[in-house]
Amino acid sequence: MSVRRVMGTEVEYGISVAGQPQANPMVASSQVVNAYASSTLKARRARWDFEEESPLRDARGFDMSRQVADPSQLTDEDLGLANVILTNGARLYVDHAHPEFSCPEVTNPLDAVRWDKAGEQVMLDASRAAQRLPGNPQIHLYKNNTDNKGVSYGAHENYLMRRSTAFADIVKHLTPFFVSRQVFAGAGRVGIGQERPKNGFQISQRADFFEVEVGLETTLKRPIINTRDEPHADPEKYRRLHVILGDANLAEISTYLKVGSTSLVLAMIEDGYITRDLSVDGPVSALRAVSHDPTLKTLITLKDGRKLTGVQLQMEYLDLAKKFVEERYGSDADYQTKDVLERWESVLDRLERDPMECATELDWVAKYKLLLGYRDRDGLEWDDPKLHLIDLQYADIRPEKGLYHRLVRAGRIERLMTDDLVEKAMHEPPTDTRAYFRGRCLEKYSENVAAASWDSVIFDLPGRESLQRVPTIDPLRGTKKHVGGLLDSSETAVDLFNRLTGA
Amino acid sequence: MAQEQKQPKKSSETEEAVETAPETDVNERKEALDSDVDDILDEIDDVLETNAEDFVKSFIQKGGQ
Repeated sequence: MSVRRVMGTEVEYGISVAGQPQANPMVASSQVVNAYASSTLKARRARWDFEEESPLRDARGFDMSRQVADPSQLTDEDLGLANVILTNGARLYVDHAHPEFSCPEVTNPLDAVRWDKAGEQVMLDASRAAQRLPGNPQIHLYKNNTDNKGVSYGAHENYLMRRSTAFADIVKHLTPFFVSRQVFAGAGRVGIGQERPKNGFQISQRADFFEVEVGLETTLKRPIINTRDEPHADPEKYRRLHVILGDANLAEISTYLKVGSTSLVLAMIEDGYITRDLSVDGPVSALRAVSHDPTLKTLITLKDGRKLTGVQLQMEYLDLAKKFVEERYGSDADYQTKDVLERWESVLDRLERDPMECATELDWVAKYKLLLGYRDRDGLEWDDPKLHLIDLQYADIRPEKGLYHRLVRAGRIERLMTDDLVEKAMHEPPTDTRAYFRGRCLEKYSENVAAASWDSVIFDLPGRESLQRVPTIDPLRGTKKHVGGLLDSSETAVDLFNRLTGA
Repeated sequence: MAQEQKQPKKSSETEEAVETAPETDVNERKEALDSDVDDILDEIDDVLETNAEDFVKSFIQKGGQ
């Protein structure tokens, strides 16, 4: 009933090898991931565990089971795609033809921002490590979603939800929210359309790549609401809403508002609080229409006949969310919930007045302001390669080259984090989810961790022939509070395992 | 985590003030904005990839999710 819930982001990065436009992106992505693994891992590299189990619950917070597992059954590396699980609980791997950073599970928007930013720094270190490989490949990574030549790649969000919430309600109430959320969550793009884009600027990287309202696909016929049902938690209790619509954000406030407002809207849907029907006539074309108008004046038609701008549609949700939090908590609402509501309101008010007032907070406005500056000063048209270059280079994750980074350093984009917090999050897990157990096990007992996943940590222990699987089916167990003391006082993986199982 | 100052809440009073702002203020603001933008453009000129056309052409990605 607040912005707090189990959530996370997963970002596929654009990749290019300097001077080699024909370089194989899978090879380059693997080089990045493997180079990071080699430069950071202390012992063996744990594999990703694809096994799904029906485990037994342990009162201390684990679902314990022991079983014989052939190591070959645990492997996911038949495809030769690199994969590494980090001490911060994240997964760094090759997904399709891109390196991807999947955040550890967090419980609130600020932590989502923190580990999302840590992902950028991990990618930066990884690309630098790859430059030390034979042949010194100059691999550069971009936190964006399109090459402007017809191709898009994703920046997904995940939200744990109650299974009891009807999926139809999620579709009904979330679709209008997603159609309009881009007014603050868009990352900005030069070009309109998929292939051979027309001239112009739009507020979202992804909008033009969405073609249907609801569906299971993620790589073609992309849906506004994705139906992938892979809870990575007890499926009786939970679903994991897999959101594929969003842009990869660099601006911390964009990410913060994106996940914070979404989490609040989901809380209202779970509580059956939204009784207004805000359904949009033709949501796919509305999504694009909103994106294509950086003045934010375009009207979209609701099924009840009203015509609203994207900002006004967001204000409807904001209005509901304010009442919802007031009714449920009054002044006892937690800090982040109040902060998200205040910022959401402030941003929408200013976007409605003059979007440029948000240039220090939101990606698309910061990028747009920069582009307009170049157009004015140099008399450039939207098809000018320089403007396309600025679009791409905004997302270059190198601090010396990336334009987002230059704007931050010039004090033109506000932050919520400090470098120190982000740096720590590259190595340390969140303390309040199962990512804590996963990350600490990899940090402390890496020579004995054979595999891991969101749902498990699998140990290879001396003196035991079979691998020992510790399922972590509940995202809110295995926290520092639950197992911090146990991990601190267990010298070896055998100690830990024996104490977990009561042996 | 540093937090910025809270934005003033929307009220009819502040809205009106913006709508009726005299033209000269708007022009002055625009000029101030222009020189402000020019500064950052100069800085960014120094880091932009040298051959924009080649760079943009060679930025080719394979599809993802």
